Amino acid sequence: MQPKTFGHQIRRSAYFAHLAKRRIYSSIIILVFTMLIISGFIVANDRNAGGFWDGINQLGDFPYEVLSEAGEKFLELPSHLLTYLPALLETIHIAGAATLVGALSGLFLSLLSTRGLAYWPWAIPIFRRMMDIMRAIPEIVIALVLIFVLGGGPIPAMIAIAFHTAGALGKQFSEVNENVDTKPIDGLLSVGAKWFQRMWLGVVPQVSPNYLSYGLMRFEINIRASAILGFVGAGGIGYELRNTMSWGKGKYDEAAAIFILLFLTIVLVDQLSSLVRSRLIGTTG
Amino acid sequence: MSNTSYPPQTAYAASFMIRKKRISIGILALILFYLSYIFISFDFYNVFREARSDNASILLSDSLSYKTHLTRDNRNNQFSLAIEGEKKGEYIDRDWPRWVSLNDNGNATVILEKNHIISFNGNEVTFSIPGYGDIIAIPSKQGVKTSLPEGEIPSFINLSKNRLNVTTPAGRMSVTKAKTTIFKYDYGWELFFFTLTSDYYGKSFSELLGDVFSSMPRADGRSHASAIFHDFWYNPMWRHGEVAWALLETILMAFLGTFGAAIFAILLAFFAAMNFAPSRILRFLLRRLFDFLRGVDGLIWTIILSRAFGPGPLTGSLAILLTDTGTFGKLFSEALENVDNKQIEGVRSTGSNSLLTNRFGVIPQIMPVLLSQVLYYMESNTRSATVIGAIVGGGIGLLLTQAIITQKDWEEVTYYIVLIILMVILMDTLSGFLRRRLIKGK
Repeated sequence: MQPKTFGHQIRRSAYFAHLAKRRIYSSIIILVFTMLIISGFIVANDRNAGGFWDGINQLGDFPYEVLSEAGEKFLELPSHLLTYLPALLETIHIAGAATLVGALSGLFLSLLSTRGLAYWPWAIPIFRRMMDIMRAIPEIVIALVLIFVLGGGPIPAMIAIAFHTAGALGKQFSEVNENVDTKPIDGLLSVGAKWFQRMWLGVVPQVSPNYLSYGLMRFEINIRASAILGFVGAGGIGYELRNTMSWGKGKYDEAAAIFILLFLTIVLVDQLSSLVRSRLIGTTG
Repeated sequence: MSNTSYPPQTAYAASFMIRKKRISIGILALILFYLSYIFISFDFYNVFREARSDNASILLSDSLSYKTHLTRDNRNNQFSLAIEGEKKGEYIDRDWPRWVSLNDNGNATVILEKNHIISFNGNEVTFSIPGYGDIIAIPSKQGVKTSLPEGEIPSFINLSKNRLNVTTPAGRMSVTKAKTTIFKYDYGWELFFFTLTSDYYGKSFSELLGDVFSSMPRADGRSHASAIFHDFWYNPMWRHGEVAWALLETILMAFLGTFGAAIFAILLAFFAAMNFAPSRILRFLLRRLFDFLRGVDGLIWTIILSRAFGPGPLTGSLAILLTDTGTFGKLFSEALENVDNKQIEGVRSTGSNSLLTNRFGVIPQIMPVLLSQVLYYMESNTRSATVIGAIVGGGIGLLLTQAIITQKDWEEVTYYIVLIILMVILMDTLSGFLRRRLIKGK
């Protein structure tokens, strides 16, 4: 009886010592983290043109101006919505075409960089690094350089987004490919199918629901990206928004119309894509 | 039984295959159709035909090379030599490179590559080009008087009454009434480490090490190590210190935005998850708030916030924070709805209150999932912070847009792009490393 209680007590004290150590560690991590956040905000606040507390009082001013001007010219709003619809469509087309081109390139990149599927197995690391770099380049970098060469418009934005998308989707696709069932590929190989046929008939049917789901998610991200690139000069609704904003007062009703269009589009695409995705892979989200 | 059902099955399989084939061909045709529509409506053909190939070649050559300007002021007959023609890159009290030689009577001779020679004689300047001949130009108050070898004027010479421009692969010369300038191109990023005003310009790495460990102190009493660091960090051409600050500012925006949003979202998510929400109305309202925050999007938040807070990193942080509070709120509340109830009941059975139940029953379950999502967003927000920085005027995004707008500092643009890519790859590696640690446990 005695030794058993003794051993139990040892285990008990060891457990509490372990627990205390873990608690100290996590407290230290939380403390450092909190201090990083607080000092980070202080640094950001110091380097900002306007301070936080001044700003928070003015936060409502701009939306109020926009809304009141839109309210005054309420009857013109429908016509503004119509005026900016083509620009909105351009933004959507930029995102759509970029997603499509990016997904097709990503498909090949992912097949070329998955073990067991790659055409040149020795080149897998090369394609992986290539995708890493493509993913790492922010769209704005390519867009601004291309605007200098090609002039403003939708094409620089499209190429920039497609480039990044190819890298991002390529990585997600290759993660899907890793879990692919190799039996159909072996079957195709045994009847003499070429690499392209093995991929097209053996792999793509297995992975297409997941691919489509990732593609839709990327489309949603790309609409936001194409709107924001427009604001730095690459066409579409973002460009119109910048023009009305730099006009300032007097065109705020038009800015409001653009805000509404952009908001509705993003919410709509968001809802549609999550609906389709939950159908495709049977999860919510 | 199996014999009789065999033929219909083959027929079914065949028709199934045909249908599948038609569908996949149809999808391919649709994709092709859409892409050709985009090709036409974005006018790819004309945009690429009218592309500024001259801009592209400037971009490519400028990002890898630099030029040195030798300028003769034709009014006071003085020569000056400066890298990129900038005051910051001027050769003052320093030996000029060997390709320029100044002689005693105030004239200069420039020897460029492939025996291209330019010699000054008072105001008169002679450019001898092998295989073509001598171009002689005399700038005066009346204009630029030029004499060329016999024959048609070749395309590399641009001539008018007041100006002469000669562009050769070895270098360029421009003569106007006021001044004569020679541009010599060389590969590399000159002055990247030290400018000409620094004592360490042109020294090799081992020479620098030798300076650091030498017993000879500097004349001004500073240590070599700190002077070397100072001259590099405050290099007026490349501004390494400012660039490092800008990178840090971008990472700071992403960090504050992502983790600030995560803190707000975890608190709100408890009120928005079906199995925790105290009130259905509150839950509904919070869900709509999350949708609203996400739907308004970073761009509009950035615009609204920069009106209130002015340009700077705080504005960028808050824009990311607002958008991501929506995203995280949705993700976290869904994670909360999927928690295992057994663990919660176990904690509750010990008689703990609801705060402690959540702390020990819920948080340990969802923490790894949440943290891995937050870390994933941290990397993508580093990229977003670059773009947002370009709009709110903060971080490396601002430096990048400024350098691109000048349309001449392409070597700086290249430098920033390389740094941005390295920054994103670093954040990606870091976040991937932490996520793997989290999922593995310890």
